[in-house]
Amino acid sequence: MVLQNKEFHNLQELRHSASLANKVFIQRDYTDGTVCKFQTKFPSELDSRIERTLFEDTVKTLNNYYAEAEKIGGQSYLEGCLACLTVYLIFLCIETRYEKVLKKISRYIQEQNEKVYAPRGLLITDPIERGMRVIEISVYEDRGSSGSSSGSSTTSSSGR
Amino acid sequence: MSAVMIIRKPTRKWEKLPGKNTFCCDGRVMMARQKGVFYLTLFLIVGTCSLFFAFECPYLAVHLSPAIPVFAVLLFIFVMAMLLRTSFSDPGVLPRALPEEANFIEMEIEAANGNVLAGQRPPPRIKNVQINNQIVKLKYCYTCKIFRPPRASHCSICDNCVDRFDHHCPWVGNCVGKRNYRYFYLFTLSLSLLTIYIFAFNIVHVVLREYRSKKMFHVVSLTPHCTVLEVLVCFFTIWSVVGLTGFHTYLISLNQTTNEDIKGSWSGKNRVQNPYSHKNIIKNCCEVLCSPTFPSVLDRRGVMLEDSSSPTHSDASAASTHKSSNPVSQTTKSSAPLIPNEHTPDEAKPGIGAGTQKSTSSPKGEKPPSPTSPNAVAPAVIKESTH
Repeated sequence: MVLQNKEFHNLQELRHSASLANKVFIQRDYTDGTVCKFQTKFPSELDSRIERTLFEDTVKTLNNYYAEAEKIGGQSYLEGCLACLTVYLIFLCIETRYEKVLKKISRYIQEQNEKVYAPRGLLITDPIERGMRVIEISVYEDRGSSGSSSGSSTTSSSGR
Repeated sequence: MSAVMIIRKPTRKWEKLPGKNTFCCDGRVMMARQKGVFYLTLFLIVGTCSLFFAFECPYLAVHLSPAIPVFAVLLFIFVMAMLLRTSFSDPGVLPRALPEEANFIEMEIEAANGNVLAGQRPPPRIKNVQINNQIVKLKYCYTCKIFRPPRASHCSICDNCVDRFDHHCPWVGNCVGKRNYRYFYLFTLSLSLLTIYIFAFNIVHVVLREYRSKKMFHVVSLTPHCTVLEVLVCFFTIWSVVGLTGFHTYLISLNQTTNEDIKGSWSGKNRVQNPYSHKNIIKNCCEVLCSPTFPSVLDRRGVMLEDSSSPTHSDASAASTHKSSNPVSQTTKSSAPLIPNEHTPDEAKPGIGAGTQKSTSSPKGEKPPSPTSPNAVAPAVIKESTH
């Protein structure tokens, strides 16, 4: 069933005038071990909604962010040693590197949603809200368009 | 009718979390339900150290050096901090799949299984993943409705899947997993040092008193009875804690978890070699102890968005138990999906004879692996395509 793609100009419009049709879940890629990395395989459900390159770019950027957060190097040693010496009380005052990167990721996803995904009727949920297991992409359809099979009017999680 | 203004506290997410954890301090503290042994640990450490500070330290500070009690205090603070950090933090619990995600996975499984004839047992749910050129099997968790990530395991005591699950430790009253393993290790290491320290200085104290009094064999009348008590406690503690520290040092150098060691996941000729090990002791230690602190994905203190009509719990710091998981989807907690008489995906009946829930576990206990039955349908394996 090919449905018309309406242009959604922003997230607000998306939430008010569209209904949730489907959710696509991008799974984790474990080929490099337990580091957080998501599969860049393009899901078939998004075939008509978004260009493959845009999607792959998003996932690759997210993977890079997570790799940066989990990198074991000079900075993580320093942070670990300092924290150990202060009996981990230092984390009451400063943010860990991972938390800083998570904030960057959250901003990036917000930006991607506004610029790339919402105009195409899609919405990405931050993986941290799904236990870092999946990237959830909600597929919306215009309520007015015919042939929409989903009757669900609940929107996906509106974030923290 | 008079309208009564009810000021409701916002419902925090920890109150609705499934699993058998208890939460304190409005979600800041997270522990297992059975805390009795943890209180014993606290009592032993605090009690022994108090006796040491009260009776031995004044004598040793005067006759030997004031640095002795100072160092003991620092060590004691470190031990307590590590213990509390291990006990109170989220070990790396993986949240359960929301309904849409669970359905998505079910559909994937059914697509992979094809048509299962009525009356035939459905194949066990396994995903094969290639990690560093080794094939690792990911099992499906019927309770959490997810395929467990590599190295994750389901703790039957806490009823949660925990990432990089090591073991459930009753002495700290919590699971030991990815997020709190290094604190647990530092706790055992520092406790070993503290115990040896106290033991040694108790002996020194006794010897000094003997020497100064110039009388022999008057141990009982001269030294307080608490010294004897301390020596006894330390003696028995040393054997267990030092042994445990040694064991975990060995595991860290190989980048293995207690769970994997017990199950023999990476040992034996026919088994896969540990794909997570860097084959270098230093690198393994660095990864386990010096990797960045992983944040909790549970979001205990987030505010619930939907309007819950039930009044919020007026919890102060008492161990307020969370709302129990709804009984509708009560699946088998600790069954391994390799058991062929497992329930079908659509039903939520507990597996027959599969619930091996351990009530009082040994510190390293988790469920034992169940062997596959030879009568099972050949497992339909969802192969991950490598790229």
